[in-house]
Amino acid sequence: MFEQHSPVLPIILPLIAAPICILLGRSQLAWLFATFISALGFGISIGLMLTTLDQGVLSYSLGGWEPPWGIEVRVDAASALVLCVVTGISSLVLVYAKESIAKEIDSSQHTLYYTAHLLCLAGLSGILSTGDAFNLFVFLEISSLATYTLVSLASDKRCLTAAFRYLIMGTIGATFILIGVGMMYMKTGTLNMLDLAARISEYDSSRTLNTGLAFILVGVSIKLALFPLHMWLPPAYTHAPSAVSAFLASTATKVAVYVMVRFIFTIYGAEYVFHTMGMDTILLVLAIVAIFKCSFMATVQSNVKTVLAYSSVAQIGYMILGISLVSTLGLTAGLLHIFNHALMKGALFMAVGAVLLRTGSVDIKAFQGLGKQMPLTMAAFTIAGLSIIGVPLTAGFVSKWYLVTAALEQQEWTVAFLVLAGSLLAIIYVGRILEAAYFKNPAEGTTYKEAPLLMLIPLWILVFANIYFGIDTSMSVGAADTAAQWLTQPSSSPATALSVNMGGATQ
Amino acid sequence: MTELIDLVLLGMLAITALRIIFLKDLFAVVMLFGIYSFLSALIFVNLDAVDVAFTEASVGAGISTVLMLGTLALTGRKEKTNNHTTFLPLLVVVITGAALIYGTLDMPPFGDPDNPAQQHVAPRYIQDSPQEIGLPNMVTSVLASYRGFDTLGETAVVFAAAIGVLSLLGLPKHEKAAIESGLKSHLVLRVVAKLIVPLTLLFALYVQFHGDYGPGGGFQAGVIAAAAIILYALVFGLPMATHVIQPTLLKALAAIGVLIYAGTGFASFFLGGNFLDYNVLASDPVAGQHIGIILIELGVGVTVFAAMLSIFYAFAGQAERANIQ
Repeated sequence: MFEQHSPVLPIILPLIAAPICILLGRSQLAWLFATFISALGFGISIGLMLTTLDQGVLSYSLGGWEPPWGIEVRVDAASALVLCVVTGISSLVLVYAKESIAKEIDSSQHTLYYTAHLLCLAGLSGILSTGDAFNLFVFLEISSLATYTLVSLASDKRCLTAAFRYLIMGTIGATFILIGVGMMYMKTGTLNMLDLAARISEYDSSRTLNTGLAFILVGVSIKLALFPLHMWLPPAYTHAPSAVSAFLASTATKVAVYVMVRFIFTIYGAEYVFHTMGMDTILLVLAIVAIFKCSFMATVQSNVKTVLAYSSVAQIGYMILGISLVSTLGLTAGLLHIFNHALMKGALFMAVGAVLLRTGSVDIKAFQGLGKQMPLTMAAFTIAGLSIIGVPLTAGFVSKWYLVTAALEQQEWTVAFLVLAGSLLAIIYVGRILEAAYFKNPAEGTTYKEAPLLMLIPLWILVFANIYFGIDTSMSVGAADTAAQWLTQPSSSPATALSVNMGGATQ
Repeated sequence: MTELIDLVLLGMLAITALRIIFLKDLFAVVMLFGIYSFLSALIFVNLDAVDVAFTEASVGAGISTVLMLGTLALTGRKEKTNNHTTFLPLLVVVITGAALIYGTLDMPPFGDPDNPAQQHVAPRYIQDSPQEIGLPNMVTSVLASYRGFDTLGETAVVFAAAIGVLSLLGLPKHEKAAIESGLKSHLVLRVVAKLIVPLTLLFALYVQFHGDYGPGGGFQAGVIAAAAIILYALVFGLPMATHVIQPTLLKALAAIGVLIYAGTGFASFFLGGNFLDYNVLASDPVAGQHIGIILIELGVGVTVFAAMLSIFYAFAGQAERANIQ
């Protein structure tokens, strides 16, 4: 009987699990419960992905009220793809978190950590599944509030300033999105995304709608840390607990990229955003500046978590670059990079968390000689690092390949060249850390044990995923390609959404 | 006439906002924020949005003011001088303001019944909700049933906020042999508070259960009930308040409210409907809607009450600790 409810389950399971988690009280129990719920969500998301690829869009009416009067949950290939990323990474991070937070978060707050994690998961899943613009804002608020809490949980007190900064920027971003949604409502009288799309196409050049779009794009850009609105991200990812950095770096900003794709392609329409408003050039320029400026910033940091954080901003540049190419192939590349980047950044932050656990530091000096002392952790770091650079046989290569192909398809030779040049900077910032780990001797008299098994297992699962999706691309590229085709050609998407409305639900 | 009232109120709103920007005394700023909220509430009344006005008055002017004062008790009331350059922020604000004005140039005429917002989705709510849901207050119908999923989300937002504050500040410990604190010497205050607290709690219950018929509902009721206990804590001291409602109980209550709401959703699920479809909760759909709405409003009320009060406890507990040291 759960089958027909599956589109809504990834949202409501963690949502009801969060309060239960806090009632459980004991941290061990909360950990088991949260991991179980998250894994369940992952299983359902995979099921959703297979169903959408097979049968088309899934629509579910909350409360039995048909849209646009009620709220609709609408899962298509793009939602299902990112949903798999989010729930999958969340499950791995939760397994990893038990050992990791033991050192980084005060033991009285472990239950709060799991509760906030589940709330964040519920919020992110809600953003990905909903078919309603205002409902998206509500879930954005849940995930954001939980995120600020997660960042502030570290026992290192510098996380408080970072979380506060994130809170202020994030709230401005969310407010801008709300203003934009309000303007759309004012002009169309609806909040359902498909209904909005149909009614927006009737008004081509309304100042209210243009302004609404501008507010939404700026708001989402803050959330996804698009250059130059990324200043909140490096301190937040640096000072957050490692498990939180791993989770957020591979999910939160990706979900914001998804929101941008949703607003551009599903609601306003690519024609409107790119041709009428000319947003493609602005996004392209910002993406390229992000890639170079932030990759460069990553090469000069001494804190390895800061290196990874700046690298994240640069990698987000690649995703936006794909979107701004205004083609199905470009969008495929962007969506594919959401998936692949989650795999690599998750693994990198997990490896750094393991180093922090053993050495007590994430400074590049702490990595000296770790290649011998923590061989498994550093091998994982190396493979994920190669994936960031885009070495063949890793997932990162596939992303870069599709980006370059998409740029060449549009005759954008310079863009293709710049994508490749950006990888050179990645070689430098990854290389510096590998050099310290493998070619420098450890400080005298220090010996460190290998990371605990409970951290190594999720880490290596991600590393194997990096290799697997670098070799067998049929699954990841297939899903991204289907998602991009449905997004760019709304007419070709299955017109009759597979309705899972129950009988007697509507009157 | 309503236009004139609107103009006067908006003018006062602008003056209040300007004053807030230039004042350095944060205590006065908090008071002005309260005034700002009351003025907004009046504008909402003038727009016939009584439910929104009620929420704005109780949340914006009431509980937020108390929480901000709680913050000031910890941080001090003078604004620190700011050495940052103001040029860039000013530029950003001017551009944002200009964009907002530009966006309103094409806005549908104010209050016109032919506006899209009045013509597209709303007519169904107005025409069919009396038969489909059977509540005289359509606002409750929309927020609790048609868009009940949003309200579940909002309840989770309140819960998430409480989790955030608890993780940062922690709850005060409940001590049995508490020292008498509070405003012991203010006899008038103590007598008046004793009179007002029970009446306020009674009013909160009225707002909670009358939300189906008039303005009100779980959000406002939760806030009003929390305000009653906060008043008690302010006059008789935090230890007395934690003696009445223990902090650990509050933490559980905040979770239980969300559980009631989401649990109602799951109940309709097991009775064969979609998530949050209240029609299946009873043999008669309209009766089912009533049961569902009462349950979820209760969930909202419990979570909002517990979240607001625990946030206050967390602030007041910090202040108390600071005083002892």
